[in-house]
Amino acid sequence: MTTTPQAVRRASPRTRRKATPAAADPSAGLLPQSEPVRLLNPDGTALPPRDDYPEPPVETLREMYRRMVVGRRFDTQATALTKQGRLAVYPSARGQEACQVGGVLALRDSDWVFPTYRESMALTARGLDPVEVLTLLRGDWHCGYDPAVTRTAPQCTPLATQTVHAAGLAYGESYQGRDTVALAFIGDGATSEGDFHEGVNFAAVFKAPVVFLVQNNKYAISVPLSRQTAAPSLAYKGVGYGVPSEQVDGNDPVAVLAVLHRAIAHARSGQGPYLIEAHTYRMEPHTNADDQTRYRDVDEVEAWRDRDPIARLEAYLRSRGVLDDAAVAAVAEEAEAYAATLRRRMDEQPTVDPLSLFDHVYAEPTPQLVEQRELVRAELAAARDEEGDA
Amino acid sequence: MAAVTMAKALNAALADALLDDERVVVFGEDVGQLGGVFRITDGLQARFGDKRCFDTPLAEAGIVGFAVGLAMSGLRPVVEMQFDAFAYPAFEQIASHVAKLRNRTRGALSVPIVIRVPYAGGIGGVEHHCDSSEAYYAHTPGLKVVTPATVDDAYSLLRAAIDDPDPVVFLEPKKLYFASAEAELPARTAPIGAAVVRRPGTDATLVAYGPAVPVALAAAEAAREEGWDLEVVDVRSIVPFDDATVTESVRRTGRCVVIQEAQGFAGVGAEIAARVQERCFHALHAPVLRVSGLDIPYPAPMLEHTHLPSVDRVLDTVARLQWDDQPDNRWVAA
Repeated sequence: MTTTPQAVRRASPRTRRKATPAAADPSAGLLPQSEPVRLLNPDGTALPPRDDYPEPPVETLREMYRRMVVGRRFDTQATALTKQGRLAVYPSARGQEACQVGGVLALRDSDWVFPTYRESMALTARGLDPVEVLTLLRGDWHCGYDPAVTRTAPQCTPLATQTVHAAGLAYGESYQGRDTVALAFIGDGATSEGDFHEGVNFAAVFKAPVVFLVQNNKYAISVPLSRQTAAPSLAYKGVGYGVPSEQVDGNDPVAVLAVLHRAIAHARSGQGPYLIEAHTYRMEPHTNADDQTRYRDVDEVEAWRDRDPIARLEAYLRSRGVLDDAAVAAVAEEAEAYAATLRRRMDEQPTVDPLSLFDHVYAEPTPQLVEQRELVRAELAAARDEEGDA
Repeated sequence: MAAVTMAKALNAALADALLDDERVVVFGEDVGQLGGVFRITDGLQARFGDKRCFDTPLAEAGIVGFAVGLAMSGLRPVVEMQFDAFAYPAFEQIASHVAKLRNRTRGALSVPIVIRVPYAGGIGGVEHHCDSSEAYYAHTPGLKVVTPATVDDAYSLLRAAIDDPDPVVFLEPKKLYFASAEAELPARTAPIGAAVVRRPGTDATLVAYGPAVPVALAAAEAAREEGWDLEVVDVRSIVPFDDATVTESVRRTGRCVVIQEAQGFAGVGAEIAARVQERCFHALHAPVLRVSGLDIPYPAPMLEHTHLPSVDRVLDTVARLQWDDQPDNRWVAA
């Protein structure tokens, strides 16, 4: 090897710089990419593959398609049930199928989900009994499913409060030597709540294996995203807590699943939490009781129909030759059967027992609750006697 | 027997719980290295390691919400709210989740956590450090609310709270932290849910809890000079409330004064007075009276003695219990 004069000059003591490497950017690896990750165009054609987000296996994508179609049918059925008076209210997730289904499809059965009230579709996609999922909205109890068995926390109404539970549960699981991941669903509006910041911060400080999946559907009831935050995107909220974050096209099912796979692998490997912002859109009003004409144009909603996540995945899978007319028809049939079964089961009037009101306030009822239970029991008996006399 | 402070007894209870049950974890603000601003967790991190006893970010809602998640994973969190008024940011977590999770899930989930709250005044603390916040918790179904007034009870009730299958808000009277008594730990006293007669008497019943119990006992002692033999009932467990012990005492004495340090309106004392009146009406020789803090925001340190129930104020109230069958005209408009 020869030494060039230039190299000699560089090595001379007078001109040699101290061998300090450029100071590492402490936010490197934490900031999201400046554009949402996207693997499919809105028409379902594929973008060039990328190393950072490899495409999930095609079998998984086919399963995702199936669950999205069934999930949308469930969602439509639930809205219809409000019109028939079977449900008090229903917050639809139509348009958010990629996030709802992707969020649960990426998990193991042993992982935990912390849903909000808008995640009914996610929970049925996880395999929970739809009637039990709708118990809250039918009104015969609050949480209808068993969270311990289903590894699914009750659907959370006080916004963002579940993010701290997810952090605690995930830390508790790792504390006890289990490799459980907790996935916390949250909406764009709820990122303004203090508990969101405390949840992300606690998860980061304790390196808890949590994935926070923000479905940015652009509205908190009527208030648009511009009134929630001045951040470049919600995914930029992670860097302040030292949490790696990413933003993804939330209507691109392939990208959603790819980003979730990476985030969950990160969490499960002991590197701490991950924040994902999925850009999507709430196609329906906040709930069936909401009047969206007061705050958004019909044109805006219509424009999002071109970015439908189910049509996008269907087109892609057809182009790959792994989905044909027969398979599409079979899934549609399955979805119809699912809805029909749900309709039939929701037609059955649930039985409620007033005396059960006292059963789960404490492990053992207090003396005062025993007294009140007796009072109610006597009232019920008297009412029955009156009916008998009549 | 040795002289033990309440602070030491609480510390010993935490240490023994950590020793006996590996699911117990203790955390909060400054509870690790420092041992807590009142030193209630002193030495626990050194002895049990920083996994069992640890500092958290300074965020009370986060602390309580984190505890909910830990409890869901099978642990038994004991958290410290540094001061009474600092617990308010956690109120949503407490009222909407801690208190309700068992009920919402029909018993599938429970939240066996203990929320320790140093509370009440009498220590010359500046604002936001002296609130008596028990009524907020007692008004929330699903919570148990406990407050010790003795060294033995501090140990025993805290152990019972940690073992309890339900969430317990454990209110520690700050002004009693460094009062000592002859005690032998581990002490075991009456369970959560039981009131205790601290001083037997025949003429009237003083019902008190937490920081008001020593006031009631001092008043009872002073009342001997007036010729009154007063019984003192220490409530200990605000929720569940022990109607039976209180009712038995008042039916026997025929007179009752309820004493609390908190402001009076819509307070725990009001609930107790109503319950006594409902259950003891025919045994009462006088209306049930209350001695409480004034209905004001907790005052500045140099004025707190005017606010706090005093022995004199208790004795003045006892004097109004219609001893000579003269009606109490206090409420009659002039």
